[in-house]
Amino acid sequence: MSEHTTDKRVREASRRRFLQAGAALAGGSAIAGVAGSTALAEQGNNLPPSVPEWMKTPGDPMGSQPYGAPSVHEKGVIKNISKTLPQYISASGRTPLQELDGIITPNGLFYERHHGGVPTIDPAEHRLMLHGMVDRPLVFTMEDIRRFPSQSRIHFLECSGNPVYTKPYGKTASDLVGLLSCAEWTGVPLKTVLDEAGVQAGAKWIVAEGADAAALTRSIPIEKCLDDAMLVYSQNGERLRPQQGYPLRLLLPGFEGNMNVKWLRRLKVVAEPAYSREETSKYTDPMPDGTSREFTFYMEAKSIITRPSGGQKLTTHGFHEITGIAWSGHGKIKSVEVSLDEGKSWQQAELQEPVLTRALTRFRLPWHWDGTPAVIQSRAIDETGYIQPTLAELVAVRGLNSFYHNNAIWPWRIDANGEVTNGQA
Amino acid sequence: MARRKLKAAFLVGAIAMLAAAAQAEDRFGIGRPATPAEIAGWNIDIGRDGSNLPPGSGSVERGRAVFAEQCTACHGNSGQGGVGDRLVGGQGTLASPKPIRTVGSYWPYAPTLFDYIRRAMPQNAPQSLSNEDVYAVSAYILSLNGIVPANAVLDAKSLAAVKMPNRDGFVSDPRPDVHNR
Repeated sequence: MSEHTTDKRVREASRRRFLQAGAALAGGSAIAGVAGSTALAEQGNNLPPSVPEWMKTPGDPMGSQPYGAPSVHEKGVIKNISKTLPQYISASGRTPLQELDGIITPNGLFYERHHGGVPTIDPAEHRLMLHGMVDRPLVFTMEDIRRFPSQSRIHFLECSGNPVYTKPYGKTASDLVGLLSCAEWTGVPLKTVLDEAGVQAGAKWIVAEGADAAALTRSIPIEKCLDDAMLVYSQNGERLRPQQGYPLRLLLPGFEGNMNVKWLRRLKVVAEPAYSREETSKYTDPMPDGTSREFTFYMEAKSIITRPSGGQKLTTHGFHEITGIAWSGHGKIKSVEVSLDEGKSWQQAELQEPVLTRALTRFRLPWHWDGTPAVIQSRAIDETGYIQPTLAELVAVRGLNSFYHNNAIWPWRIDANGEVTNGQA
Repeated sequence: MARRKLKAAFLVGAIAMLAAAAQAEDRFGIGRPATPAEIAGWNIDIGRDGSNLPPGSGSVERGRAVFAEQCTACHGNSGQGGVGDRLVGGQGTLASPKPIRTVGSYWPYAPTLFDYIRRAMPQNAPQSLSNEDVYAVSAYILSLNGIVPANAVLDAKSLAAVKMPNRDGFVSDPRPDVHNR
């Protein structure tokens, strides 16, 4: 049988199953979240052949939700925020990746990391100051910023500590790499604003500072500032959420999240980096020999299977779609390979269009689970030819204390009962 | 004569205006000039060489008092850490299986201490300490790490002159570093 025929059969099987499930409604999800599973009542009056109660009375009137919220049945799909953090002023909250489809993260589920809490900024009293090695130091209001020619681009954003190298590893995809999200960003290219001020010869870096209680400060190489960096005021069509830097943030596609300074109030053009606390004592990568890598900006190619993934359960044998996300700070994803046999062999996953530079890319592979235990994992290859490494390969070079920039392949173990758990735990 | 001079001056002025207009055409004319006073109020970042450190000074002794009042709740009585980072000790551990990263063992530049404390600490009231108290707390934390003596008084010049133990501990990014092709 040719591969093509197999694919066709799989697709047919998939289509039939979908139709059956749709018709029956009571078929239940083939993959259930272990914790959040809502068992459908088999004997309910809303099931065929009865007429569902929500068809017998009008629904909520227009205007009952001036700003829409998800269905009450999706209340469990929320940010993954640890309940045992030492403090919540400088902390992070994760995107529930395993609950999401496609490549765009809803604004309410976008991952968060802040170092001095989330400020409440009146946009009328927010200013961006641009000074240092420029011909004309300038101050911009938010109205000014929005007068510049705008651009919208889709890019991922990822925290560099996502995940760390040491156990205990997380249980779910969100626990592991949930400090990752992707959105359509609208703003003005930073280069446009820099041209307005006139960058002087000898300028090599720009120090970016937030208007939060941490006055968070990072230094950005001038090449990035003149390339694809943006000053962003909108995310997925609406103004930035406070957690994402309202009213203005820096976006540096492919660079570690911390550098994408939120609540941006100041850009200082300079000859050398600030060597701020964030870029010396934090966000530097310790190596086994006692040295640390500094200015490790790029997020290297990475992928993870989000379904089936840790914490979920396969409730039926037969067809399952394996799906996940891949991304690279160095450009587009060229391919994603999936292994179903503990990494012994790999096959090409299908990439969902659009495949965009420095954006999440959705991948899929049809799969028949026959009920035998399996270890499944994905690896991303980006347009530079870089191949996502295994954790062992990373640790061999960087040791266990490197903390940041762990882009390892992450396997999921599926047992005979269909329970999916972390393959490294 | 005077009229001719005036004419020439007018011409020069007109040419200058034209040139400015031509240059301005490349720009959008958005934003307004930042005044020196505005810049001075916001320009708080300190270079690793101590550039932009303000006037003033602070002693280890004064720093001990400020630390007790402002810092111990999160960082412990002697900087041993708590809700906040550990600030003291760990020198010699960076190459061990359990590296302890503190101001004393890890931070490469002393002026960064002033920069960070002033901009972000104490966490519940950042930018509330006087420059003198920021110098003092910096001095106290450095003294807890044995980097300055207990009778030290630090100012812009002496803080910039402090050589941190891990100053040469950083290397540039060598990635891609995993060769798995």
